[in-house]
Amino acid sequence: MNGLTSGFGAWNPIAWALLFVGILVVSFIVRSLGNKGYKRGTGQTKVFLSGNEEPDTPDALHVRGDHLYWGMIDGLSAYYRRVKAWHTGILSDYVAWFVGVLGLVFVILVLVR
Amino acid sequence: MTALTTHAPVLLIAIPLLGAFATPLIGKLGRGARNTLVGLVVLVVAGLAALLAVDVFTAGAPTIYEMGGGTFTFPLSGGQVPVRILFEVDSMSAFMGLITALIALTGAFFSFSYWKDRSGSNLYFSLFLLLTAGIFGMQMTGDMFNFFVFLEITSIAAASLVGFRVWLKQSQEAGFKVMAMYTLSGLFVLLAIGLLYGQYGHLNIAALASRLTGSLTDVIALGLLLTGLAMKAGAVPMHMWAPDAYGEAPAPTSAVLVANSQASLYGLFRVLFTLFGASVSTGAVGWILIVLALLTIFVGVTMALIQNDLKRLVAYGAVSQIGYMMLGVGVGLAVSATKPEFGLVAMQGGIFHMLNDAACVGLLFFASGAVIRASGTRDLNAMGGLAHGMKWTSVCFAIGAVALAGVPPFNGFASKFLIYEAAFKLSPFLAVIAVLSSILLLAVFVKAFQAAFLGPRTTAMAHVTDPSPGMMLPMVALVLVVVVFGLFPGFFVDHIVTPAAKALWLGRDAYINAVLGG
Repeated sequence: MNGLTSGFGAWNPIAWALLFVGILVVSFIVRSLGNKGYKRGTGQTKVFLSGNEEPDTPDALHVRGDHLYWGMIDGLSAYYRRVKAWHTGILSDYVAWFVGVLGLVFVILVLVR
Repeated sequence: MTALTTHAPVLLIAIPLLGAFATPLIGKLGRGARNTLVGLVVLVVAGLAALLAVDVFTAGAPTIYEMGGGTFTFPLSGGQVPVRILFEVDSMSAFMGLITALIALTGAFFSFSYWKDRSGSNLYFSLFLLLTAGIFGMQMTGDMFNFFVFLEITSIAAASLVGFRVWLKQSQEAGFKVMAMYTLSGLFVLLAIGLLYGQYGHLNIAALASRLTGSLTDVIALGLLLTGLAMKAGAVPMHMWAPDAYGEAPAPTSAVLVANSQASLYGLFRVLFTLFGASVSTGAVGWILIVLALLTIFVGVTMALIQNDLKRLVAYGAVSQIGYMMLGVGVGLAVSATKPEFGLVAMQGGIFHMLNDAACVGLLFFASGAVIRASGTRDLNAMGGLAHGMKWTSVCFAIGAVALAGVPPFNGFASKFLIYEAAFKLSPFLAVIAVLSSILLLAVFVKAFQAAFLGPRTTAMAHVTDPSPGMMLPMVALVLVVVVFGLFPGFFVDHIVTPAAKALWLGRDAYINAVLGG
């Protein structure tokens, strides 16, 4: 009743959820076995920033949106250059894409008719 | 109760329509009276949609409603022609009605707090109900011209809602763009309907479907309908209006706009499966849908990755999800001639994802609206540490995000699981793109969640708090939908998704025969 079968695969969320809870419990037990002798407020509890000196202010410490995936976006720069160029924000370009797709769809539909 | 069920198809349109025109008048009595009216309208409409769905799912056959009834007895006999305005509700229409009801209900109650103390809210609610009426109309009608009329009602209401905040120049620009693109879409749809009417002399979907021959005129009409409706659904590369619209519209409106896009997608599916069916090459049309779907999924999610505007990020995520629905249904259409087992699974996945997407994207837009309202900015780079002050909103956003990205055990995974498996059967390449894009979407929301909610409480965001219970409750309601549909997908697939999928995939004859007789 709760699961799904596709005829060639199956998905049971309740079993998955129980497994997930089990893993969480095991993780918690492992965590509780950890070293409790650490000293709060010392370098032991500071965020590790690649050896750089940790900023004092929360604003400087925050990892912002721009800080993420810049390498991946840079690696895909050839793709993004083209895709961003499509998104001009100009209404006549929106219409041009629409008409272009319409023309292509017409050609395909007439050819396969 | 029987009378209510009988008249439910027309009441679903009439009640919000009357509510839309009554709202500015009742609004003169005060905000409380206006909210009571709008709240009652959406509650009654949600009840009617549920009642109609139970009736249609139980009967397993389409329900016909004749405007000003009594002229005909359905199914017709002796070569009679259905010239009256008909509503024809099969399981797919009823399913779509449930989605619209869910979003209208949560959207209206979210709006009560969202628009509190803002001017022009009477007009906002009037347009909101008008849009709701139009969406229901598109889903319930059995007549192509009426479909166009309701399409136009949604276009007018949606464009007005997108540009509603006239004091923001971006809103005005987005509203204008939406108006222009929706008008173009409507013109193409009207031209297609004109061609079909000129050729066959009918506007009723069942009557037209029984007569289509696959002539050149039919093919041109199909191209116009396919492109016009795919554009209004937000399919790439005709999607560019969508991030503008979803991004600039008020948060609750963005959620209803997604339901509006889904109504266009429903119209497209109805046209492809019921109106044209096997009279055109379903394999070719299915592959057109699949190619558009892959583009929509990939471009949507990769564009989301580079956004730093929270609303636009969610908007591109919403665009990408339209692709998953098109992929599932496209796979079903591509193989509908041979009807292998995985075709129905693909249909189930695509259709189930419509409901799941509405809940997840609705939740994300509500949470984004709450965040933007509290922080005063949409720029992710200006946010940070919001979870300190907005604990419940951050939980809601996180659940909506992981569900939309297809992380188990939430509802998004359940529908994507069916799509992945069925798409893999047709071509592993389709499944690879779909899975890869879901992983990328998760990366998108990791970025959004980290940038907005995690990290230390920044100076500029020190004051933020969770929104009022009036805004939290609709979010919690959608969280419940996300979790319950995720934990018990089998129940919902068996009882509401499969009948809807079968109504499209196998139900063309039943749809026609319900009007014209066997």
